[in-house]
Amino acid sequence: MDSLFIITSLLKILGILFVVILPMVSYAVYAERRVSAFIQDRLGPNRVGPAGLFQPIADMFKLLLKEDFTPRAANTFYYWLAPCLAVMPAIITIAVVPFGSTLFGVPMVIADVNVGILFVFAIASLGVYGIVIGGWASNSKYPFLGGIRSSAQMLSYELSLGLAVVPVFLVVGSLRLTSVVRYQIEHGWFIAPFVGDWANPWKWLLAIPMIISFLVFMIAMFAETNRLPFDLPEAEQELAGGYNTEYSSMKFALYFLGEYAAMITGSAVIVTLFFGGWHFPGIPDGSHGWIFGLINIAVFFAKVAVMIFFFMWVRWTFPRFRYDQLMRLGWLFFFEIALVNIFLVAAIIPFYRS
Amino acid sequence: MAITVPRPNLSWRERLYLPAIVAGLAITFKHFKNMLLGRTKVTMQYPEQKWDANLPDHYRGAPALVRDADGRVRCVACQLCEFICPPRAIKIIPGEIPSTDRFAKVEKYPDAFDIDMIRCIFCGMCEEVCPEQAIFLRKDYAITGFTRADMVHHKEKLLEIGGVMHGVVLKWNEKK
Repeated sequence: MDSLFIITSLLKILGILFVVILPMVSYAVYAERRVSAFIQDRLGPNRVGPAGLFQPIADMFKLLLKEDFTPRAANTFYYWLAPCLAVMPAIITIAVVPFGSTLFGVPMVIADVNVGILFVFAIASLGVYGIVIGGWASNSKYPFLGGIRSSAQMLSYELSLGLAVVPVFLVVGSLRLTSVVRYQIEHGWFIAPFVGDWANPWKWLLAIPMIISFLVFMIAMFAETNRLPFDLPEAEQELAGGYNTEYSSMKFALYFLGEYAAMITGSAVIVTLFFGGWHFPGIPDGSHGWIFGLINIAVFFAKVAVMIFFFMWVRWTFPRFRYDQLMRLGWLFFFEIALVNIFLVAAIIPFYRS
Repeated sequence: MAITVPRPNLSWRERLYLPAIVAGLAITFKHFKNMLLGRTKVTMQYPEQKWDANLPDHYRGAPALVRDADGRVRCVACQLCEFICPPRAIKIIPGEIPSTDRFAKVEKYPDAFDIDMIRCIFCGMCEEVCPEQAIFLRKDYAITGFTRADMVHHKEKLLEIGGVMHGVVLKWNEKK
């Protein structure tokens, strides 16, 4: 533990949190409103500042100045704890995701742990507690139903989420997310392996189960982050906002922050696992100069932004699943598909390695 | 009697749902793209763009008192509009015109003329009932204020909105 390590880690934490994640969350909300408006042939918020770009700041002030109301029947301790529980896991998850190559010789990942993806799953599934506790502590029917739905949904999708990434680690042979990126730099992105020995037909055959696994993982991620085809815990039309019905002011804003931060970290994990992380063909890594280190970081967040756009695009296209349809989809389709997919990859790997 | 609703038999392609999902995504993306390229017609951006020039002649906006070409306030404080007004938005306090005045034969003028724009329903009955062609509904529609008192239009404000009306009957002028 030398002091340089501590200083760089602190700088990375502060930088990623206050320069990237929090502004990204607020602008994801703005982007969500604009994208939804554009898809529905509207203009969206365009009044505050040029093209409405200061809208998130105005929203923040509005939410800070609103009355922070606690219902009398609520369990105050858990009622206050729940929003924090919703935000924390979403932000902690980003710690193990490599968001760039190196900058001045410092690896651009906050904690390069060797259990990478397990850490992501372990922490990300804590996010459900924020919703369940919030729903229960509000002591109101709609939030309670939202909380129950959320826990059931999490149970059914966490399984396929975990199984869908097993193929990736069968191929890479390590749970460390930096080595997943390293592998994809040498052998091409998992869903588009153009780099490396691209003439190998087994590699292209391997891309098919990888795409399946990507789709299953992404759909499970939609459920995990409570995004629209699976936003049953919120369900404005049925549950009047679900778990956050009784919340107001900054506590409500924290739930929003948590949801969007989960979306960003989810996109970051998808990008790392299947889209080659910070790698872009033709751009060298940070050891060739600090400018390339910065470009790598920019490439990573550009990919994340594309993923977020996809999340929004899906949200404003599809109707919500019914509760039983959601369960059926989770337990009867994605679980099986992910399971069969693992065997498929395991069968291809010996030929691919030889 | 129970009615059996026949359910459509979906082909395997339809049951896969994937083509429908892709088609849906394509449709929404088409809308997004058209909006981004400025091909979509959007609604009028109100405070910047206004429809004022296209308001019809019979548009009923804020009621206002008018002066005629001589600069005389045409209202004679007969209070017919006050009585006809369905929401009772109008309040008139009549005053007497001194006998030395050129229009002394008119006898009365409105000392105070208040229209409470919170109550006004823009029905135009005051304009219809006025025997003097003194009150007209103008095309002002953005009536705003920070307090209730702000929303009461006094005589000065009404005259300011009304301005001068040309081409009305000048029955109180001296006979030529």
